[in-house]
Order: sequence, then C-alpha cells, then structure tokens
Amino acid sequence: MPDDLKQIIHRHWGERSELISILQKIQEQYGYLPPEAMQETASYLKIPDTAVFAVATFYSQFRFEPRGEKLIRVCLGTACHVRGADRFLANLKKELGIEEGETTPDGKYTLESVACIGCCALSPVLTLNEEVIANITSPKIRKMLIKK
Amino acid sequence: MKLESVKENASNEWYLLQDSRDPVIYVGTATCGRSAGALGVIEALQKDDDINNSRIIETGCLGLCYAEPIIMIKKTGRPLLAFGKVNPRVAARLVRDYLNEDKINNDFVLGTVGEERINGVGKLFDLPVLKPQVRRILNNCGFIDPENIYHYIANSGYSGLQKTLELKPDEIIGHVKVAGLRGRGGAGFPTWKKWKTARDEANKQPAANNESPAFIICNADEGDPGAFMNRSLLEGDPHSVLEGMLIAGYTIGASRGYIYCRAEYPLALSRLKTALDQMRELNLLGENILGTDFSFDIRIKEGAGAFVCGEETALIASIEGKRGAPVPRPPFPAEVGLWEKPTVINNVETFANVALLLKHGADWFTEYGTEKSRGTKTFSLAGKIKYPGLIEVPLGITLKEIIFDIGGGPSDGKKFKAVQTGGPSGGCLSSDMLDLPVDYDSLVQAGSIMGSGGLVVMDEDTCMVDVARYFLEFTQKESCGKCVPCRLGTKAMLDILSKITQGKGEEKDLNFLKETGAAVQKGSLCGLGKTAPNPVLSTFRYFENEYTQHVKENKCSGKTCKEMISYYVLEENCTGCTVCKRMCPQEAIIGESKEVHKIIEEVCIKCNICHEYCKYDAIEVN
Repeated sequence: MPDDLKQIIHRHWGERSELISILQKIQEQYGYLPPEAMQETASYLKIPDTAVFAVATFYSQFRFEPRGEKLIRVCLGTACHVRGADRFLANLKKELGIEEGETTPDGKYTLESVACIGCCALSPVLTLNEEVIANITSPKIRKMLIKK
Repeated sequence: MKLESVKENASNEWYLLQDSRDPVIYVGTATCGRSAGALGVIEALQKDDDINNSRIIETGCLGLCYAEPIIMIKKTGRPLLAFGKVNPRVAARLVRDYLNEDKINNDFVLGTVGEERINGVGKLFDLPVLKPQVRRILNNCGFIDPENIYHYIANSGYSGLQKTLELKPDEIIGHVKVAGLRGRGGAGFPTWKKWKTARDEANKQPAANNESPAFIICNADEGDPGAFMNRSLLEGDPHSVLEGMLIAGYTIGASRGYIYCRAEYPLALSRLKTALDQMRELNLLGENILGTDFSFDIRIKEGAGAFVCGEETALIASIEGKRGAPVPRPPFPAEVGLWEKPTVINNVETFANVALLLKHGADWFTEYGTEKSRGTKTFSLAGKIKYPGLIEVPLGITLKEIIFDIGGGPSDGKKFKAVQTGGPSGGCLSSDMLDLPVDYDSLVQAGSIMGSGGLVVMDEDTCMVDVARYFLEFTQKESCGKCVPCRLGTKAMLDILSKITQGKGEEKDLNFLKETGAAVQKGSLCGLGKTAPNPVLSTFRYFENEYTQHVKENKCSGKTCKEMISYYVLEENCTGCTVCKRMCPQEAIIGESKEVHKIIEEVCIKCNICHEYCKYDAIEVN
C-alpha cells in the first residue's frame, strides 16, 4: 500500500464517525476507493471490512473503479429535467459509447449523473471536472468534447 | 475579547471601503455567477491597466441568476451601480467607460443601489423582479464579502448573539415562541418547541467533563432537486447561519454543533471553513465566547450524496459514520439524538431567521407573514421561467405574484401549466391554484407542501406524467430500502409510470397507481416514503386528463414521451442547409443541399439534436 494512502487514513483520530470523511479524502486523492484502502480504513477504525463497504456503497458519491481523466456529470435536477437533461445524458452516452458510471476505454471520460448541483437557475447544467457548464445545448456539448 | 472592540475594527474596515477613493468593483462569485463566467470577468478586469487601481471584492449571489455575471461599481460621489450579463469581452470597457468618462452602457446597467439616483438609471430595487420582495435573510447577499467576517459584523452581524448572551435560555425560547418561527426545512414544526424539548432533556443529562450534554445540527443537506436557497445563503452570508447556531447552542446548553452540508456544494463548504476559522480568531467560537461562560464549537460534516440524509434520524446516522437509514420516531432527536444526546436539528434558513429575530425582536419578525406562517421565506425559482433566481418574499404571497410578477411568467411566451413545490415530497399545482397563498397550511391543503422552497415552473411543453415518473425514479433510487412499502412500492409505481410514458399503459394502471400510492404513504417509516407518492397523487388531482390521454389516445400533449411524438421537417422553413443532416447521429435525415430535407421516422431516435441545431425553426415536434 502506498505510504500517502496510509497517511491520509492515519491522519484521523480513529473514531467511527470519521469513516465517511476518511473515504472522501481517499477518493479526493485517487478518484475512487481502492479495495485495499477500504480494508486499511476498517482496520484503522477497528470495524469489520463489511461495515466500511456497507457505508461506501450506500452513498452515491463513492466510486469503486478508477475514473477517467475528465469527469462529466450531467445534472438531473427537476429544473434540468424539464429542460431536457435526460436527452443530453442519452446523447452523451451514445456519443461516448458508454453507460452511466462507466469510463471510455481510452480512460479519457467518465460519465455520471448527479441528483442536483443547485445551479437550477442556469439549467440545464453539467459539470466537467470542477467546472460548471451552464445552459447546455447539443452544440455546446459538442464543442466541449472537441476541445479535449 | 468583547464584541465592541471587534465591532470597531469591523466598522473601520467597512467604512474605509465605502468611502474608498479608489473605485471598488463587487463581483458576484457564487456558484451561479461562476458558471455564468464571473471568474473570467475578474480576470479581464485585473488584466486591464486602466482600471487596475480598482479594488475587486467577491460577493455572494444577489439572486438575479438570470442576469449573471453581475458586477457593481462604486466610485466617489456616486451610488453603487449594478450591471448584469457582463462577459469577459465587455467587462473592462464597461468599467473604464463608467469610471473615466461617466458613460453608462444601457445594455448592461441594472440600476443603482439605495436611494440615490443617477440620471436616466432606475433603482435596482425598483426592478419588477425585486420590487415585491422583502429581503431580510438575503439582505447581505451580494453586498458583502462572505469571506470577510468584518463585513458581516459591520452590518450588525453577531449582535443577535450579543443580545442572546444577556438573556436566560427560557427568555430566548419565549422570544422564538412569540415570533411564531416555524422550521424552514419544509415540515414547518415550531422551532421553540424543538428547542424547549431539547433544553429540558439536556438539563436532565448527568454532568460530564468535556462532553457536550446536547448538540446542534444545521441541516444543509438541501437534497431536493430544483432547490438552491441554502447553497446561495451559505455562499453569500455564511455567518448569518452560524450566528443562529450559536444562539441555539447557548439556549439548549450545547457546546458542540455540526453543519451537515452536501458534497455537491464545494464553494459553500469552503466558505463555511473560512467563516469558522475567522470566528475562532475573534473568539466567536471556542472557550468562553466573548468573555462569557458559554463555550461552543462547530464542525463541518460533508454529506456524501444520499437524499434520505435530509431526514433527521438518517442525518444523525450519517454524522455517526453509518449508512443513512432512518429510525422510528419517537423518541425525537430533540430527546434522543446524536450519540443519544438531545439534539436540535434545524434548517439553514431557520438558523438565519433566529439570528435576525433575536437582533430585531419578535415584533419586527412578525411584521410580515400570515397568522400561522410568520415572517419571510426564500424560494428558488427555476424551470421554464423568464427570470429564474433566488427570491425572498413574505409568507402568504400568492403563487401568481411569485411566478408572474417576480419571475416574469414562463419563458419564450409559452403557456403556464404547473408549478412544482416541495421537491420529491411535494406536488404539482395547476393554473387554477395560482391565487393560492404560499404558506405552510394552504400548500398542504392543495396537495403539495412548501418544502424548503424550491419552485420549478412548467410550461405547456412539459408532460405531467413524465414529471411524476421523474420524481418516482428519484425517490425509488434514493429509498434507503429499509421499509418494504417504500422500497417495493416506489419501484412498482415507477414501473407503471414508465409503462404509461412508453405508450403501453392500460386503464387499470391508473387505479393501481392510486392504491399503491396510498399504501406507500401509510406503510413507510420516514418522510421520504410517506411523501414519495405526492408527485403522482397531485398530478392525478390536477392533470388526470394527461394520464388518460396517454393511456387511451396514446398521446402526450407535453410533447415529451418519445414513443408518442415524432419529428418532422417544416417544408416552408427548410432552406436545405444540411446542418441537421450532418449532425444527426442516426443518419435519419435525407435531402440534398438547398433542397427540403426529410426525417425518416423509423430511424429517428428523437434525440432533439436536429431541432437544436436548426437555425430556421424548420424542425417540428408533433
């Protein structure tokens, strides 16, 4: 196990209530939760592996596969929905040739949906890594994909 | 440290800014401002040599999301002047023209702030979208730097806390009771009752060193899709919420608070962190706050993307590091909550209200609102509306005033069909209900709820069956799975709704939906399941004809359900430019250059791409 991973975990007090935030820190660093990281977390917090896995799978934020270089998250909030968000998601799936939660074979894009990012007044929106792209249209998405 | 000395420093800094000889440019950089390009505007301003003596201050959101990015310019002898829809290309010129030549570009100017006027420019707060609003909670949003605690303090921040520390807890509860403040998270439970229960329970706790006898939790898990009031407030004026938490902590005798904020709000989280650090520096957090016996600390807990964690018992489980599954109430968290200690959980806006009402008194608070729903309320206005944004209005205002007077009605001249209130727990109200006063009780009677304040407007091109399906898909995904009626009932309802939207619905399905909906309501433990059928039942109540149309005529009047619509080329508008043909991912469009095109229906997947690319309005949906 890489040292920095151990460091992330061991920086915490070791209380059960820190579980979610430890997992968040790991994902922040690695983009996903490697199995050995979850095992190390369990032993550090002195709880069974299954307890860590049960929590990790409950929350939609956590990913169990490495993510691509660019993470596209299509917002499916109500305001985005009434402005055609599901169509944009379907078109992106077709364009990238992957399903929700998957990564393109070249490791470039991961496609996800998100329940709502609270940017409803500028709907429909998606996020590309940290950046929020507002008022999306098919031409805008096309430009975004071409721009690399 | 006493607040008075801090106040002095804060006022000095604030007035230096107000009277600054160098120009000051305020740029709204909340999430909506940023997504509209505010950071690019700042970069453009900083690069311009002519105006780089100006100070740039980043603020929160003014609420006029439709006009983002918004900048406000202050120069000596002039009132603050607001400009909207500024982009990096025009920003520097706009500022230069105004600062150096007093030229105001009418295409971008929104208005002056305050009573002072500039010739030919109206007042910002006279804009139709702002005029009917009463801004109390949002008073600072857009005008102060949320990352500078002095700005908050100079605008009488923390004076509610100061007053609180001179009162006895029972007196504070009395004030909150007289004010009639009800929880802003949605259910509208009287805040004072929650506090009193928690205080009584906390008094029964055995004294233990270093352990808080009770806890305060701020619910900033704003999970309702289509709602962003809490995000805007935390990004624009975080201290107003934190002040309320301190007041609550003092009242119930807690020494620890948590703010549970969703991970989807990175900017709110970072501004909260900054706010807490600054509070610690000024002894507004920590031991013996402002020289009193009161000690309190606040920690941030980041949510991890589970809607059910907005439910208080699930939220507590999540803070404890567990799966967010609700447990039966009673006992209520105010009796047995976080780590089995009495715990007050209030919404972001409730805390902000507490700080205001302690500062100004209960009489001030009750100047607005109705008898049973006192005060003002923030709402986020989104969907198919002309002026989407964040607003604050007195409770009791009608839906019509909100949607048409403030929001400008549906966008693109379309006809209003419905407004969705209360998120997945709420319902859709039709145009017949536009005169309904917006208060806790009227909305429940109409088959919806106020919820935390998300209002999503729908026009004639929205299919209400699809909206019901959308919400059921959401609640089905978010159900924690603990109660069978919720876990399986939402799935069964979703299956039926999907069947109907796919054109395979039968008449018996409609009864099945109503019956299952009633069972899910009765048989679920927590609010998520109890209210999950609301979007279906309310659309039945107001839009039953759409359901029967889908089932009997295979028709979707909202032109949404793919199996019931078709795309075609409007021959008289088509110029044969071939754009749609080239963009169609299915190669479903044929036709030579400069000749009318045609869509092959059998191949078309109704992705709408041709419609979006066509510049001649030649693609129609039927």
